[in-house]
Amino acid sequence: MAAPPTIPRPRKDGLGARVRVGSGAATRRVLIGAVLLVTALILVAPLAAIFAEALKHGWGAYAASFAAPDTQYAIWLTLITALVVVPINIGFGIAAAWCIAKFSFPGRNLLVALVELPFSISPIIAGVAYLFVYGAQGLLGPTLEAWDIKIMFAVPGIMLASLFVTAPFVARELIPLMIAQGSEEEEAAVTLGAGGWRILRLVTLPNVRFALLYGAALCNARVMGEFGAVSIVSGNIRGQTNTLPLQIELLYQDNNAVAAFAVATLLTAVALVTLVAKAIIERLDRAREAAH
Amino acid sequence: MNRVIPGFGLSLGITLLYLSLIVLLPLGALVWQALDVGWERYLAILSGPRTATAFRITFATAALATAFNCVYGLALAWVLARYEFPGKRLLDALVDVPFALPTAVAGLALSALFVKNGWFGGPLAALGIDVAYTPLGIAIAMAFTSIPFVVRTVQPVLEDLHADVEEAAATLGASDRRIFATVIFPAIFPAFLTGASLSFARSLGEFGAIIFIAGNLPMKTEVVSLLTFIRIEEYDYPAAAAIAATLLATAFVMLFLVNMIQLWQQRRIGSAD
Repeated sequence: MAAPPTIPRPRKDGLGARVRVGSGAATRRVLIGAVLLVTALILVAPLAAIFAEALKHGWGAYAASFAAPDTQYAIWLTLITALVVVPINIGFGIAAAWCIAKFSFPGRNLLVALVELPFSISPIIAGVAYLFVYGAQGLLGPTLEAWDIKIMFAVPGIMLASLFVTAPFVARELIPLMIAQGSEEEEAAVTLGAGGWRILRLVTLPNVRFALLYGAALCNARVMGEFGAVSIVSGNIRGQTNTLPLQIELLYQDNNAVAAFAVATLLTAVALVTLVAKAIIERLDRAREAAH
Repeated sequence: MNRVIPGFGLSLGITLLYLSLIVLLPLGALVWQALDVGWERYLAILSGPRTATAFRITFATAALATAFNCVYGLALAWVLARYEFPGKRLLDALVDVPFALPTAVAGLALSALFVKNGWFGGPLAALGIDVAYTPLGIAIAMAFTSIPFVVRTVQPVLEDLHADVEEAAATLGASDRRIFATVIFPAIFPAFLTGASLSFARSLGEFGAIIFIAGNLPMKTEVVSLLTFIRIEEYDYPAAAAIAATLLATAFVMLFLVNMIQLWQQRRIGSAD
């Protein structure tokens, strides 16, 4: 991509640029310097430490960390969980955004609050709550036992807890955007005789594709990294119910710090890729807005 | 009501069914378990020294973490909204790191930094400050995971502030400090309060980032979420239900507070027009 030509910023207000609060050179320099320093210490240093610790004994030790069967299983389980959870929450996000953004009905605000509720709840509470539904002493425990279905301390429990924790991600990105875009295009499509699925596929989704992608990316990062909720429902069985974050804790407790940090670099990479994707999507969005 | 567009019944049905199964059923089960404990036993569990201390430690460290994020978050939002400088885009992207990075990874990284032979732990120990395995470590973990809240609530409001009020105040001879205190801060205050509340609420429930750095000693560095986890591992379900339900109630109170602030903010904006 070629660099865009630099256009001089129009001065919005002849005198304003000079008299705005904090525009003095000294204030500006001190504030930017202080913020950059604190950011380097609290945000950049932890990221650097992960890679430094993982590579402490060289690339050989780093690569060897991934050879352990438990770790490979944890990678596989984490990928499978994301493959199941992310599409389900994309579906939920689209359904929730469709009814909330395209229609007005009593209780709509309450529904919005309910969709966002999992964000306000500690993952530990989520884990405990699921245990009280599907655990042996839980609401459905006896029934599940009679049918010989195992959900707690097994893979289905991990997936359910992950669904809870990440339910709002896609919906929260789509709802404000779809409200802002209005329904004129959909209404026009209806007049032209298009059915609901066709409208969704050809009109609505293309209009919100960047927000949808971003929501899905965030959802994915969170599923792969969820720790609190999963640590309660998984039972932490090595090579059976251990996802990557749980594997990190196990390796750390085993005093295998290099391996713990090596596994952590994988999840850090997922997080960094997510943030880069966000930056790209925002830029595309802005370019699209400017083109309109 | 808009009924031209199809799919209302289907999308609302899916949404309600999904929320009922995934969100409401488990939360209902938690409340049901907590009610089963009974009022007297509930009070006995919460007033037990270990639980009461865990709550005290959690609230105190969350308050400390929130105080840090109020200052740092406000400065960060200001710098991002008001200044142009090289690396600004990178800084803006870095703000979201705590939301994208798994809490366990954050905890692991922070513990590596703050242990005695870590990059920060060594110099701090020379100054006589211990962070790892102390309440200060808990506060740092909480602060890290909740950095984005204040920034992301205040930043858009700062960007939307019109220059004319500031100019008018400056023309009248007010100092920068006075304009900030009397014009700018009141304008961003609701957003600031929202961000601070969200940051505090998040810190109260934090688990993954804390357990790596806290040392997890009962009565000293044990937070409520960890105590809940321990009670579950001990199969002490009544205690776990009582503590988790209390945390849940706190989360609802915080949520209510945030909604009230936002209502107040909307009314203020409405009356200003």
